[in-house]
Amino acid sequence: MFPAAFEYQAPATLAEALSVMKKHGDDAKVMAGGQSLIPLLKLRFARPEVVVDIGRLPGLSSVTRENGHIVIGALVRHVDVERSKDLEAWLPMMVEASHWIADPLVRNRGTVVGSICHADPSGDWGSVMLALGAELVVHSQSGERAIPVDGFFQGPFTTTLRADEVATGIRIPVSKGRSGGAYLKLERKVGDFASAAVAVHVEMDGNKIARAGIGLTAVGATNIKATAAEKALAGHEPTDQLIAEAARLAAQAAEPKADIRGSAEYKKDIVRVFVLRGLHTALGRAKEGRA
Amino acid sequence: MKVSIKVNGADRGGDVEPRVMLVDFLRSNLRQTGTHIGCDTTSCGACTVLIDGEPVKSCTVLAVQAEGRSITTVEGLMEGGALSAIQDGFHQEHGLQCGFCTPGMMLVGTALLARNPDPTEEQIRWAISGNICRCTGYMNIVKAIQHAAKARGAAQKESPARSAAAAGGE
Amino acid sequence: MSTELHVHGRIGQSVKRVEDARFLRGKGNFMDDIELPGMLHMAILRSPHAHARIKSIDTAAAGAMPGVIAVVTGELMAQHKLAWMPTMSGDTQAVLATDKVRFQGQEVAAVIAETKYQAEDARDAIVVDYDVLQAVTSPQQSKEAGTVLIRDDKEGQKDNHIYHWESGNQATTQAAFAKADKVVRLHTFYPRCHPAPLETCGCIADVNPATGKATIYMTSQAPHAIRTVFALVTGLPEQNIRIISPDLGGGFGNKVPVYPGYVVATAASLLIGRPVKWIEDRTENLISTGFARDYHMTGDLALDKDGKMLALRVHLDSDNGAFFSDAQPSKFKAGLFHIVTGSYDIPTAHVTADGYYTNKAPGGVAYRCSFRVTEASYLIERLVTNAAIEIGMDQAEFRKKNFIKAEQFPYHSATGWVYDSGDYHKAMDVALDKLGYDELKKDVEARRKKGEVTGIGIASFTEVVGAGHGAEFDILGLRMFDSAELRVHPTGKAMLRTGTKSQGQGHETTFAQIVAEELGIPSTDIAFEEGDTDTAPYGLGTYASRSTPVAGAATAMVARKLRDKARKIASHLLEAAEEDLVWETGKFYVKGSPDRAKTIQEIAFAAYTNIPEGMEAGLEGVHYYDPPNMTFPFGTYAVVVDIDKGTGQTKVRRMVAVDDCGVRINPMIVEGQIHGGLTEGYGIAFMELITFDADGNCIGSNLMDYLIPTAWESPKFELGETTTPSPHHPIGAKGVGESPTVGSPAAYVNAVIDALSPYGITNIDMPVTSDKVWAALRSKGVTE
Repeated sequence: MFPAAFEYQAPATLAEALSVMKKHGDDAKVMAGGQSLIPLLKLRFARPEVVVDIGRLPGLSSVTRENGHIVIGALVRHVDVERSKDLEAWLPMMVEASHWIADPLVRNRGTVVGSICHADPSGDWGSVMLALGAELVVHSQSGERAIPVDGFFQGPFTTTLRADEVATGIRIPVSKGRSGGAYLKLERKVGDFASAAVAVHVEMDGNKIARAGIGLTAVGATNIKATAAEKALAGHEPTDQLIAEAARLAAQAAEPKADIRGSAEYKKDIVRVFVLRGLHTALGRAKEGRA
Repeated sequence: MKVSIKVNGADRGGDVEPRVMLVDFLRSNLRQTGTHIGCDTTSCGACTVLIDGEPVKSCTVLAVQAEGRSITTVEGLMEGGALSAIQDGFHQEHGLQCGFCTPGMMLVGTALLARNPDPTEEQIRWAISGNICRCTGYMNIVKAIQHAAKARGAAQKESPARSAAAAGGE
Repeated sequence: MSTELHVHGRIGQSVKRVEDARFLRGKGNFMDDIELPGMLHMAILRSPHAHARIKSIDTAAAGAMPGVIAVVTGELMAQHKLAWMPTMSGDTQAVLATDKVRFQGQEVAAVIAETKYQAEDARDAIVVDYDVLQAVTSPQQSKEAGTVLIRDDKEGQKDNHIYHWESGNQATTQAAFAKADKVVRLHTFYPRCHPAPLETCGCIADVNPATGKATIYMTSQAPHAIRTVFALVTGLPEQNIRIISPDLGGGFGNKVPVYPGYVVATAASLLIGRPVKWIEDRTENLISTGFARDYHMTGDLALDKDGKMLALRVHLDSDNGAFFSDAQPSKFKAGLFHIVTGSYDIPTAHVTADGYYTNKAPGGVAYRCSFRVTEASYLIERLVTNAAIEIGMDQAEFRKKNFIKAEQFPYHSATGWVYDSGDYHKAMDVALDKLGYDELKKDVEARRKKGEVTGIGIASFTEVVGAGHGAEFDILGLRMFDSAELRVHPTGKAMLRTGTKSQGQGHETTFAQIVAEELGIPSTDIAFEEGDTDTAPYGLGTYASRSTPVAGAATAMVARKLRDKARKIASHLLEAAEEDLVWETGKFYVKGSPDRAKTIQEIAFAAYTNIPEGMEAGLEGVHYYDPPNMTFPFGTYAVVVDIDKGTGQTKVRRMVAVDDCGVRINPMIVEGQIHGGLTEGYGIAFMELITFDADGNCIGSNLMDYLIPTAWESPKFELGETTTPSPHHPIGAKGVGESPTVGSPAAYVNAVIDALSPYGITNIDMPVTSDKVWAALRSKGVTE
């Protein structure tokens, strides 16, 4: 129940943090809210030599909008998204998703970016960001780079983030036309990981869907982008038939494992039902003008 | 590592290994045992404290992470020697049985009412959904928080300045 | 004219709780809050395998680590004849494994160190070499020829069968089935679940080398029985053993057994000469301590053509884990399961039960089960609803047709119980009325026509609690009486001690109310203590809803003893004959001259200052109560559910619970008990599960996997009541703590089955999770 011993550093500047990461590499773990890392430390599944607390770094707690992008800093907590009037106006699907993360106490500490970097295939934000076409903003001593979330997840808890890098935010493109989204999750109780969940986002061009984003949670080795379903929708008017077809394709893209939450067949069908419901909801919201 | 934390309004310090959780710092170093430990997977909420007014699970916060912050535990709920509205609400409405989850429930209730003075039942149940109780079935915990909301509302009407001070207190 | 005294806290008043004061301030005295000078900390190393031979244990590295005082293995315990201990069911259980490990999580070694961090760090350094064996994970597998023998430590044990037990009459039951017009069968599994009180188990063992006194703080619901067991097992003289059970953060039966950790900590303290604290973490609690249920049951109900019940036949296979350690009265292998004819007038019944060893944690009797009444009630109530559906009769009507009638009490059941009192029709009617049953059924039909999946479930349970009459009920031979000791001080205040141990039931408040009622001393003038074996009178503890029926009765009886003495003192003070005195709660007055009166406070003072010649001073007494019979609380629960066709998720729309527990001492506390049990019942019905894979790995050994309902999942409850006093209990009370967990799971599941019955689905075993419902609907071609 108690972590193995480790060294703790709480750098005051990003430069300091990057220097520590450069020095320790794989022996160090970055921590923001700690709601994913600390449970692993306590079970001794993770035994880093150094824990680097980025909680004191300045300028990472904001949600801003600039150059057609919404930027969410690395220290923005799940609860900050829940309470954000800006995000309620700009990206209500994110606010909807935030309610599904863990429980209210964990949401008061855990961060959006931390959760994405943790890359649990049952993590909700990963699917949201896949659906929104977001990219991570990442720093190292070598400089800054942007990593599209599509391709960031390599496997369970495995990403393309390098050992000396620190993610400082996530950048989400603002939709051009009317848009709408939905996040649907089946959880056995508050705080449980998803049995299956989907993030759906549609951008409209008149009566047609210009772009669709569909991300799947807890039904594969990583969060999954339901590309075939997205392609089937893009450029078309959303008829009931097309929506049902997209839902079917999304279910096909899922590769769930049978476990205590249900059979693989069950989880796939939840994906189908949720994409079906989610698309109807997202389209309805796009129509209302509610993004 | 040296750590300095404000706990229930008083500056408290200690020297702890980085791996010591805030709950252990409170219980073992400060001998304040009102905050409890109920699980080992961040699942039960028995360890809930307020950090700068927000409820968190102190079993999943390193003591060193709380450096310079202001913590409220159950031991800090009394108001001038009298039960606070939340404590009295739990007493009047039989909101506790074994008492083990109660500190956490009361702190979540306190934080909720500071933000939302007149919550619906649904909002109360949502707010405490990170705190497990095995004894009460939650019905009377909801009533306890509603009782406290009503009492605070009445106090507010009676003496706005006085109750504002109480609400914003450490 | 006599003015009746208003006495605060009499029976029936919803007095606010005395014990709240410390809990609200965070000043509870729970096990992990206690610190003794020089105290050490213990961490237990547990087996990762379900079944394996131990080849070697290397503790050298662990022993050399910072702060480590000792590393204890089974070998060391064996030298002190403490590697094995007796269980409450006449078996033996390993304290620390010597030859084999027999379940995942079994205790193998222990580290004692200065800090808990050091103990855990050193524990990680112990190296154990195992030879993995076949894991047995079900009674089915246990029975199979060729399956590995689990208890090869027991002389004469040739297979994995533990016991065979029977009740009822096979011949008359067989005859009734032969004549039946209809037989309805249900095969169902009541899965393994766990009480999981929010505070885990633990102890501080303090064997003082200077005084020879062993003080053991223990999370125990039955401290006296444990003290006697410890004396017999360790050889320490019983007068030098003191078990103190402090504030307990919930129990629900989890804190009844003696766990290996308690024994190892005591042995360690004895050998080291310092106090040793052991607090298990949640995973240890779920994987190794007393689980609940795990019964495979088959019930057959024989009916005539009019739907009248003729006979009941039940067989059960019990999965008892690696050691038979059910905490239950010794004469009963399957607890009180033979209450299984329930609320129905069934002329003949036959029950057979077989217990099996498996490679799982030991236990089975726990989690508000009333000694297996949960299992029995679940079976009969599910079977009854299924029967109603099968014969096309309304499930409430079918029950009412077969209920034992009010005039039949005391009722002799086909399996030998004598039900004390009841009025099942009344409770059912109150429940149906509260539900608005007729309107509701029309609404259900209307919704079904629209394609909705919705249903109503009913369960009408009869509980049997208050163990129990000494000749039939004993734990390891200790008869299940209970006790109360009452002492009134000169200033009219009192101290009451009993042999029970609350884990949240509010004894400090409710027991004082009994004294307030009997003696007229305000409940707030009465201090209450329990749980310290040095001071409390001998009792068998709190579980099986027994405190009010047994210790509550003892309290009333001892208060009446004091009242008898008070009458004598009053007679002396008032210079009137005893027969001329009238008792009115709180005072005696002279018949015809009500102004000539003495209050109980005045009498108490006189007991120390103006006692009649020849009478002993003081006003105190003790009563050991041997209940003449069990008590039989009962009720009807009704649940309404809506099911999402697309996901299989079930939402409880309404939950009505009508309970009859006889006289209610404190209605507020009774309702709190019911709320809590209905939520646990919800968890059991829909969410809670401990299961195992083929290798015996435990799934459900932490709170991420073992799902306990939060306020968000937990339904809202509508409570109702009827009151049918127990005729043999001094205050007519029956006990209520377990009624809600006994009665509600079947109500919840019956609602789901009722909702799915239009599609031809007749059973889903608990927990009724969304994937199971989805699969059942899918199998009938139903989908979104």
